[in-house]
Amino acid sequence: MATHAEHLEHHGPPAPHYSSRITPGVLGMFLFIASEIMLFGSFFTAYFFVRVVNGTPWPTPPYHLPVYVAFINTCILVTSSFTVHWSLQSIKRGNVWGLRAGLLLTFLMGLSFLITQAIEYSRIGFNTSNGAFATIFFCLTGLHGAHVFVGLSILAFMTIRAFRGHFSAEDHHGVEIGGIYWHFVDVMWIVVYLTVYIL
Amino acid sequence: MRNPLRSEAEAFRFLIAVIVGALVIVGAAAVNMWLGVAAAIAAVLGILWWLKDEPVPGAGDSPPRLASETPPGTHRALVVANETVGGQALQEALGRLAQPATELLVVAPALASPVRHWVSDTDGARAKAERRLQTSVAELEATGFTVRGEIGDGDPLVAIEDALRTFGADEIVISTHPEGKSHWLEQDLIGKARARFAVPITHVVVDLAAEKTEVSKA
Repeated sequence: MATHAEHLEHHGPPAPHYSSRITPGVLGMFLFIASEIMLFGSFFTAYFFVRVVNGTPWPTPPYHLPVYVAFINTCILVTSSFTVHWSLQSIKRGNVWGLRAGLLLTFLMGLSFLITQAIEYSRIGFNTSNGAFATIFFCLTGLHGAHVFVGLSILAFMTIRAFRGHFSAEDHHGVEIGGIYWHFVDVMWIVVYLTVYIL
Repeated sequence: MRNPLRSEAEAFRFLIAVIVGALVIVGAAAVNMWLGVAAAIAAVLGILWWLKDEPVPGAGDSPPRLASETPPGTHRALVVANETVGGQALQEALGRLAQPATELLVVAPALASPVRHWVSDTDGARAKAERRLQTSVAELEATGFTVRGEIGDGDPLVAIEDALRTFGADEIVISTHPEGKSHWLEQDLIGKARARFAVPITHVVVDLAAEKTEVSKA
């Protein structure tokens, strides 16, 4: 069993060996998902205890949640996922202007979402000190808002890079990763909107 | 399992699935609260079923058989043993199997309980394996072998694979307790190792209780 010709000719460090047969990229993404599930999970656990276990009225009178404004915001965010998907499809076909337009639209829609949420906070009529309902509301929507802010920062860099011509049909990994994060933020908002505003 | 964040396209499809699930839940909840709960359960199960679907070609295939390489003029044996690493039967078997100037790498998998493994509390298991390994390596060196010892992964198959990557071996010797006392035999370690590694494998059974009895009789 001693075959050694190639063994002797090899120079440099040995090839990476992954015992678990999970590539680092996939493992990193799983760890990221796990950490986000734990983060949002802890806030949703608090929501569950306040609303279901303690039976706190949701929303606690006399407060009201701006369901329709949030619905418009939801539509904006969902649409922004379509535009980021369009931008990636464009650059895959070598359409640089499609990429630029898609990313710019996505950034503007994300910004609109965040500004609308800030206006909603300022006019909602309660703050974090107005009981458990208000605290959980601000924690869940604020945590998501923080994710949108991070996503917007990533989108800003992606857009600047797109206008500087950093991406091509062959090289667009930066758009792919940012797009994945933006879809994740969108998925989390749908869960937050459903549980906090609708149900 | 499908990874919804593997690519932007996968993430986009996952988003669409979540939107559809949310619409179903809202629609059902508008009719009746319990229908909404049922729809939520159905939507979550549906998305889990979708995630379970395996879209990556070849990802479910068993790993390829791993061969090993040794430098010319050397004979190397990889010895895998844990509690039986200091057993007399193993020492005798190695004496019979090994050729002159054989190099040995003794790997002792650090066996921790599943709970300790998952919380990464394996220091105790590693320390115990290390003590057994030191004793065993010293005894084998005294018999004239060139021996090196290593603590391996808790999964003996992974420990063997790791060792073969850095120590090309001409043969593998796996030492276990007798049938009925050995977790490794219960898990068919020998069969799995023969299927996975293209290296001759020798199975040595070490009955520590019988050896202790013999020593006490002597």
